Amino acid sequence: MYPRQFEYLAPSSLDEALAALDAHPGAKVLAGGMSLLPMMKLRLLSPEVVVDIGRIPGLDGITDHGDSVGIGALVTHAEVAADVLVMRNGAALATAASWTGDRQVRNRGTCCGAMAHADVAADQPVAALALGATFVAASSSGTRAIAAGDFFVDTMMSALAPNEILTEVRIPKTGPGTASAYDKLGRRGGHTDYAVAGVAASVTRSNGSIGGATVALTGVGNKPTLSHAVMDALVGTDGSDAAIEAAAAHATDGVEVLEDLYGSVEYKTHLASVFTARAIKAALNAI
Amino acid sequence: MKVSMSVNGSPVTADVESRTLLVHFLRDSLGLTGTHVGCETSYCGACTVSLNGQAVLSCTMLAAQAEGAEVTTVEGLARNGELHPVQEGFWERHGLQCGFCTPGMIISAVTLLEENPDPSEEEIRRGIEGNLCRCTGYHNIVRAVEYAGAKMRGEAPAPAEWENA
Repeated sequence: MYPRQFEYLAPSSLDEALAALDAHPGAKVLAGGMSLLPMMKLRLLSPEVVVDIGRIPGLDGITDHGDSVGIGALVTHAEVAADVLVMRNGAALATAASWTGDRQVRNRGTCCGAMAHADVAADQPVAALALGATFVAASSSGTRAIAAGDFFVDTMMSALAPNEILTEVRIPKTGPGTASAYDKLGRRGGHTDYAVAGVAASVTRSNGSIGGATVALTGVGNKPTLSHAVMDALVGTDGSDAAIEAAAAHATDGVEVLEDLYGSVEYKTHLASVFTARAIKAALNAI
Repeated sequence: MKVSMSVNGSPVTADVESRTLLVHFLRDSLGLTGTHVGCETSYCGACTVSLNGQAVLSCTMLAAQAEGAEVTTVEGLARNGELHPVQEGFWERHGLQCGFCTPGMIISAVTLLEENPDPSEEEIRRGIEGNLCRCTGYHNIVRAVEYAGAKMRGEAPAPAEWENA
C-alpha cells in the first residue's frame, strides 16, 4: 500500500513550517506518522503537501517550566512513559503513554501527535483532560494556549486550525496530596491497543477527605469527556472504597455513550464505572 | 527526491518518490528482502527494523524520514558468517515455524536485549507485543530470546525444554 503522491517538505525551523502551512492550505503536519501515514496508505486522507516537522530543533524536549511540565511536539510516547517529571506530576499521562500502541509505535509516535489526532479511544488525550493540561498552538500570527476542555472538539477533531501546529502540551505541576492514575480495557485485552473504555482520574486529598477530583472517560463517546457526576459525588467523601464505588456508579451520567465495534452501550457503561473506581483508587493509593 | 542513510553499516543514497516507504526502499531499491511487508497497517511488526537502535515499523515511515539515520535489518546482524545470538537462539530453541514474522521478531528481540540485557519472561512478552506470530504461540520465541540474552551476558543458556523431557 502506497499513499497517493504528495509534495514532501522538511522545514528546518518552526517559522518555515508555519509559513508552509499558510502557503499550502490542506497540508498535513507529520511528526511520528503513526496515525497520519496509515490513514494516507489506506487513502482515507490524501494531502497534496506533507510538512514533516521531524527535523525542527527545539521541539523534542520535556521542559520544566516551573509551574508546569512541557512536552514538546516531537517527544515520543516512549519518552513520556519514562520521564520522571511526567511520572511525578501526571502519572496518568505516563501510564497512558506506556499503553499507547506497541513498542514500535511508542518509539516513533508522539504525545502531541496523539492529542492532535484526537482518536475517540486514545489513551493520552483523556489523561491530558483529567490533568487539566494546556495545549500550545503556534501559527504564523503567534501562539495561543488552549485549555484541555476546549481542545477536543469531536471525533478526530481538535481545536487546532489548519495552519496551526501543536508545539507543546503543558501538564500543571501538582503539590503533595494530589495524584493521578489511568486504567483501561484494551481492545486486545489487558492494556493492549486502543481503549474499549478507559478512565483517567486526578484526585486531591485534604484533611482526610477528597478535596478535589477530575475524572475523564475515553472510548465511550465521541471525544474524551469529563464525568461531572462522579466528581460531584466523590468530592467531600472520605475516599473509602464504598464512597468511590458509589461515585463510580454515576460514571456515564450525563455522558452520551456510543456503541462501536468493540462494545454495546450497556457494556461500555459498565466498563466506565469499573475503570472509574479502579483509576480513583489507584490515584488515591499514589498520594 | 534523494535520500541518504546508513543501512547495515554501509552508506546508501538513492532517488525515491516522496511517498516511498522505508520498507520499500530497503526491499526494492536496496534488494534487502529480509524485512517483510505484512499487515501494512502497523499492527503486525513483520517490517520492524532498527532505526538508530530503536525498533520501528518500516512500513509506517517514509524513506525520507530516515534521512541520515542508521538502519539495521535482519541482514545486518550476522558477523563474519556467525549468526547473531538472537538468530542463534531462534535456531536453537525453534523460535519459528513459517518464518514470516521472524525478521521483525528478531530485530525487536535484538533492540529489546540492547535496552534490557536481562529481561524477565514478562518483559520479553511485553517487548515483542508489537510482533504478531500466527504459528508458534510465542512460547519458543520467548525461550529463544532467553537463550540469546544468556549468550549475550556470557552465561550458559538454560537447556532446551525438550532435553529434559
